[in-house]
Amino acid sequence: MVLSSILEKYQRQPENLIHILLEYQQSKDQNYISEAEVIHISRELNIPESQIYTIMTFYSLFSLTPRGKYIIQVCNDVPCHVQGAADIVEMLEDSLKITMGETTPDGLFTLEYTSCIGCCDKAPAIRIGTEVFGHLTETEISRIITRFRREYDAARE
Amino acid sequence: MLPENKMFEHRIVTAKCNAVDARSIESYKALGGYQALRRALQSQPADVVNQIKRSGLKGRGGAGFSTGLKLESVNRLDACPKYLVCNADEGEPGNFKDRYLMEHDPHQLLEGMIIGAYAAGATRGYIYIRGEYDQARDLMELAVKEAKAGHLLGNQISGTDFSFEVDILSGAGAYICGEEFALIESIEGKAGRPRNKPPYPTLSGVNNKPTVISNVETISNIPYIVLNGPDAFTAVGTPSSTGTRLVSLSGNVKKPGVYEVPFGTRIRDIVFSLGGGVPDERAIRMVQIGGASGPCIPPNLLDLKMDYAEFACQGLSMGSGAVIVIDERFDILDIVRLNMRFFKHESCGKCTPCREGIRQILRLLFKFKNGSALESDLELLQTLCHVMIRTSFCGLGQAAPTAVLSTIRYFRDEYIKGINNLNLTA
Ligand SMILES: Cc1cc2nc3c(=O)[nH]c(=O)nc-3n(C[C@H](O)[C@H](O)[C@H](O)COP(=O)(O)O)c2cc1C
Ligand code: SF4
Ligand code: FES
Repeated sequence: MVLSSILEKYQRQPENLIHILLEYQQSKDQNYISEAEVIHISRELNIPESQIYTIMTFYSLFSLTPRGKYIIQVCNDVPCHVQGAADIVEMLEDSLKITMGETTPDGLFTLEYTSCIGCCDKAPAIRIGTEVFGHLTETEISRIITRFRREYDAARE
Repeated sequence: MLPENKMFEHRIVTAKCNAVDARSIESYKALGGYQALRRALQSQPADVVNQIKRSGLKGRGGAGFSTGLKLESVNRLDACPKYLVCNADEGEPGNFKDRYLMEHDPHQLLEGMIIGAYAAGATRGYIYIRGEYDQARDLMELAVKEAKAGHLLGNQISGTDFSFEVDILSGAGAYICGEEFALIESIEGKAGRPRNKPPYPTLSGVNNKPTVISNVETISNIPYIVLNGPDAFTAVGTPSSTGTRLVSLSGNVKKPGVYEVPFGTRIRDIVFSLGGGVPDERAIRMVQIGGASGPCIPPNLLDLKMDYAEFACQGLSMGSGAVIVIDERFDILDIVRLNMRFFKHESCGKCTPCREGIRQILRLLFKFKNGSALESDLELLQTLCHVMIRTSFCGLGQAAPTAVLSTIRYFRDEYIKGINNLNLTA
């Protein structure tokens, strides 16, 4: 249902493939696009599956495997590194009780590294969903995690 | 932006950033917005091109090529349609000035694009914004909508026979898409891998049509030039570098942020007078200029001025204006390895010198780091860097070894320390 309306919005034009995939992935709880969906999209756009796999493996925002509802991307490039990005990783791992690259058992959060997200003035910085958080501290991190948990619970009620 | 420091700042492109409401075209107009466009539409495209040429405006995205010349070469070509693309893929670690401009003054960028398109004769435009810049994308989308409603964009702009459409496109997490041909491939819906040059995009860009590609900051300067004339612009800066430079200041400084300084400003003044120096009065280990692909310079070179000619004279590149301060707690080789890890992740893998070169450099750096390097490894490391510079297919691979070579040049002892047999005798 969602997919067909996204396909409509982009007029089933193959040159809009990146945007179609981005929007569809974002609309899903598990932040990924499955093999079956790749096949489906390839038929809808009348393009080979390999073309979709090329895009999905080239651009780092895509995933072919299920991830959490909220992807926590931690920047670890130089400006964030020298402002303590490694400590942030530790705090997040402690707080979520997972290690880098894993997803929480409730499927809510996935912890990933990212290249610079252009918030180096607020280093150390992370991105969750479409939001960026900077100047992070331990209390700030637990506040953010709690907020996302609440939002999720509220949305399900 | 922080309160203005009159000694060192000079605001052209950020002049309205504190005052304008980014969500309101009316607010932009109230501050003189879209007057430059009105003036441009009253003159011939070639005159607008000439004004921009005479201003000496150079690309702020890294390469520093004359914007006027780019517009002129597309203006002269007969083709339909012609394109103008705004490169807002800003992805190099340490850079955030383009995000700042889009979030604070989106209409200035849009006005610059419309004027640029008029000058070049382009009728189709794209703003390619990196996937991670959600807020900037929302604001630019709103700006486009407002400008369309006000007949400043779309068919027969302001009642003239000039038409120009702008679409906003999103990147999807690939630094290489900032490279102009990779960006064009991405616009066409493909994986962003660079193409052979020449032909340059001005001759054969989007859909193989003449295309002007310019950086956000570059384009945002255009309204000022058209409204105030090229002489007002060349009065700021230095002979080789006219106007101002946005600096993204980050790392170990008290006041990181975006600052607009005239070209010719010393790095020292940016770090200390604007940035407030290093927290806890720690010493500076080094400053990286331009971002991950820029040189690392030692504290005794901080009097270097932001100026194309002066940088070229030192054999350095200025890149896109990032200034990253790294204090004494950090190890040079660790920082260099982080830089190379970034490039390892972002290399598109199309050509061997870059794909394999980066891995081999990382392997060697690791040996220097753990003290197991051979004397010959220093020579090997430099050879590898030079092979990458000369033979990589695009700017990513050509610039990736910059941090390595500059640290070998300025901090050679750090590498010597990592050579195995020297440690044994010590
Ligand atoms: C790997 C790579 C990444 C680049 N990333 C950007 C970028 O994010 N933004 C940008 O404006 N230019 C970037 N450039 C430079 C562009 O290729 C191009 O020179 C520039 O957009 C032209 O605009 P300008 O003349 O206004 O500088 C990049 C170049 C390379 C080689
Ligand atoms: S230099 Fe690197 S990024 Fe550029 S084409 Fe070669 S592999 Fe790709
Ligand atoms: S280095 Fe982390 S946001 Fe730029």
